[in-house]
Amino acid sequence: MKSIKELLKEPELFSSGHRACAGCGEVLAVRQVLLASKKPVACAMPTGCLEIVSTIFPHTAWQVPMFHSAFENAAATISGMEAAYRVLKRKGKIDKKIYFIAFGGDGGTYDIGFQALSGAIERRHSFLYICTDNEAYMNTGIQRSSATPQFAHTTTSPKGEKLPGKLQPRKDIMEIVIAHEVPYAAQTTVAFFSDLVKKVEKAQSYEGPTFINILVPCPLGWGHPPSLTIEVSRLAVETNFWPLYEYENGVYRLTYKPSEVKPITEWLKLQSRFAHLFEEKNKHLLEEFQRYVDEKFQKLLKKCEANGK
Amino acid sequence: MADKENKKECAIVSWQELQCGALVKDLKRIKENKTGAWRSMRPVFYKEKCINCYRCWMFCPDSAIKIENDKVVGIDYDYCKGCGICAQECPKKVQAIVMVKEEK
Amino acid sequence: MILAKTGNEALAFAMKQINPDVVAAYPITPSTEIVQIFSSYVADGLVDTEFVAVESEHSAMSACIAAAASGARAMTATSSQGLALMHEMLFIASGLRLPIVLCVVNRSLSSPLNIHCDHTDSLASRDSGWIQIFCEDAQEAYDSLICAVKIAESIFLPVMVTIDGFIISHCLQKIDVLSDEEVRSFVGEYKPNYNLLDVDNPITLGPACLPDSFFEHKRAQAEGMYQALAVIEKVFKEYEKRFARQLSILEEYQTADAEVGILCMGSTAGTAKVAVDNLRKKGHKVGLFKLRIFRPIAVKYLQRALKNIKILGILERMEGLSAFGGPLFNEVRSVLYDETKRPIVISYVYGLGGREITPEEIEEVFLELISLKNKRRKKIEKFRYINVR
Repeated sequence: MKSIKELLKEPELFSSGHRACAGCGEVLAVRQVLLASKKPVACAMPTGCLEIVSTIFPHTAWQVPMFHSAFENAAATISGMEAAYRVLKRKGKIDKKIYFIAFGGDGGTYDIGFQALSGAIERRHSFLYICTDNEAYMNTGIQRSSATPQFAHTTTSPKGEKLPGKLQPRKDIMEIVIAHEVPYAAQTTVAFFSDLVKKVEKAQSYEGPTFINILVPCPLGWGHPPSLTIEVSRLAVETNFWPLYEYENGVYRLTYKPSEVKPITEWLKLQSRFAHLFEEKNKHLLEEFQRYVDEKFQKLLKKCEANGK
Repeated sequence: MADKENKKECAIVSWQELQCGALVKDLKRIKENKTGAWRSMRPVFYKEKCINCYRCWMFCPDSAIKIENDKVVGIDYDYCKGCGICAQECPKKVQAIVMVKEEK
Repeated sequence: MILAKTGNEALAFAMKQINPDVVAAYPITPSTEIVQIFSSYVADGLVDTEFVAVESEHSAMSACIAAAASGARAMTATSSQGLALMHEMLFIASGLRLPIVLCVVNRSLSSPLNIHCDHTDSLASRDSGWIQIFCEDAQEAYDSLICAVKIAESIFLPVMVTIDGFIISHCLQKIDVLSDEEVRSFVGEYKPNYNLLDVDNPITLGPACLPDSFFEHKRAQAEGMYQALAVIEKVFKEYEKRFARQLSILEEYQTADAEVGILCMGSTAGTAKVAVDNLRKKGHKVGLFKLRIFRPIAVKYLQRALKNIKILGILERMEGLSAFGGPLFNEVRSVLYDETKRPIVISYVYGLGGREITPEEIEEVFLELISLKNKRRKKIEKFRYINVR
């Protein structure tokens, strides 16, 4: 993988001056991915925080080709770009190798963009899909998505007198993508920079389609100070809520094992979207959350140990 | 006049000057947007303490950590939003970046 | 060369000769065959096209938009629900000024479900900023599609070429085709306005425009539509000059001395011509106006042609559900509003969901119009229906 000294010399392809909130995890992920990526790239993104903060006319933060058209079609868009590239290369009108990257939030990936994602992967287009998962529809003001964890407070799954936040557990997008038998899929987060870089490089060593799910804390949506974005990202991993793993040619592999697994409360207590779980009447929900994290991790561990056999 | 002033403030002067389709060709214009003005806290960098672990650089969402010859040399205050990630992530034993209140 | 082709086959054949770079398509009755036939051209290596079998029409238009923005000539085909599903992307294609060419095989919109012909699908998209061409038969469809590529790439607005579902799409007709070389030399190379894959000169496409610049973008787009008719005229003239085939914007049939007229779009024009002939034999001065270009609305053509008409029946294959007639009725009336001499204009909704229309029924409409010709216009019932039980 590119050494840190090499990465320091990479051009910043996502320019400062963008309008993301202070401490935004999503733009940090984009910046890290572009540093790690092979060049040249051509990118697509759906409507969302990323689009709005980076492309208010006449400004653009993108120093690479970037296409936004609608909300649910990042994967269909990258399919069209890649199809054009394939045919024009065949006809000798393009001679460069271009790497295609689609950036989508959890809304544009797990929910409204789900169909296009599945279609694009099934058709085996050559691209890397980066999901920047902040676990809710943030741009429209923090509404629940299928990536929102159970019991999280959002404006459409609020905690109230009767209900404790979102009722359903998160959708496992990794398993769904893996079910399409992609050559490579991985889960990472912004606090683990070299893990993220390695995974981008690995993904791009395959023709594709490849998928990386990046957990990106949202200070506003999750309810923590912007300075703690990296700490929150780190604790998601150290509590096994967000294990860092990869799926490569049928083999599951953990890329990081916490030396000491922390209780999920260490992560939850930093975020006001989970504050209500610390009320006495909700003690059982905290226990359920811990059970959910443990069970999910055990399932993953079994897959890693089975090593595709 | 108010109208002319308005036009100066506007992103574009008139529709005839628009390129065909909704696109942006000038990739540098975003630098006009000095997000440093957002700050209420500012990071102060103590170069002599810095061990060049690059964690501040890795984790800055605004690419506001200045690097020269593989060394951290300072903060780009034009764009730093004062989120405090750099100060938070600088190793506890080093504390080469400290957040202070922004003076106007 | 004369070939026997259905409407769908004619469109697919024209597509083959145009040989676009990318076709991203999804099947839907009655346009499915276009996609199927084209797929077999791809499988047989008769075209160089990258065919993307997308998972929905929304993705079809999304992928075509992305391909066109990436320097590739993109085409697709759909109908009805598929066109409706693409709806938001139609506006986007036009806003991005991409010269995509779309074959629409006109079919009604649910509910209830109906797979047969009416113009609701195309007319429901009339505000999306696409140039809309309505074809009477397979020959017109073939010629129009080839011209559509050139029109789109001259004015940088997307174009939809429409044919009537089942009536034209599945009906075997005689068409006279050009050679592959003639088509290719007419459409030429696609010269994009901008190119996402020009990585040495990166661009951002589809930014967010706040109130300080959105309006200007739309005004610039509107200018495209204002200039589109002149471009269409130019391309049709060039096509006529090179291949000796005339493509009209507003076709007039036996209208020179007509006082009573019917205006319609699509295949019904053919049926109406038979009715005109029959009534002319009986000495009635009736004529037919076939509108081919609905977007942009052919203002000068309509004003000029309808100058001496006393009463005009508009045969509209869509229920506008406006409580005041459909789009064709309203736009023709609007175009005539400032004229000093205006015909009485009456709306005849017909043929919804593929309900057949016969020459006899159109003759009845003409006779009715003749009887109403000298009545006081305000008193005449304007909203009529043909053959609904």
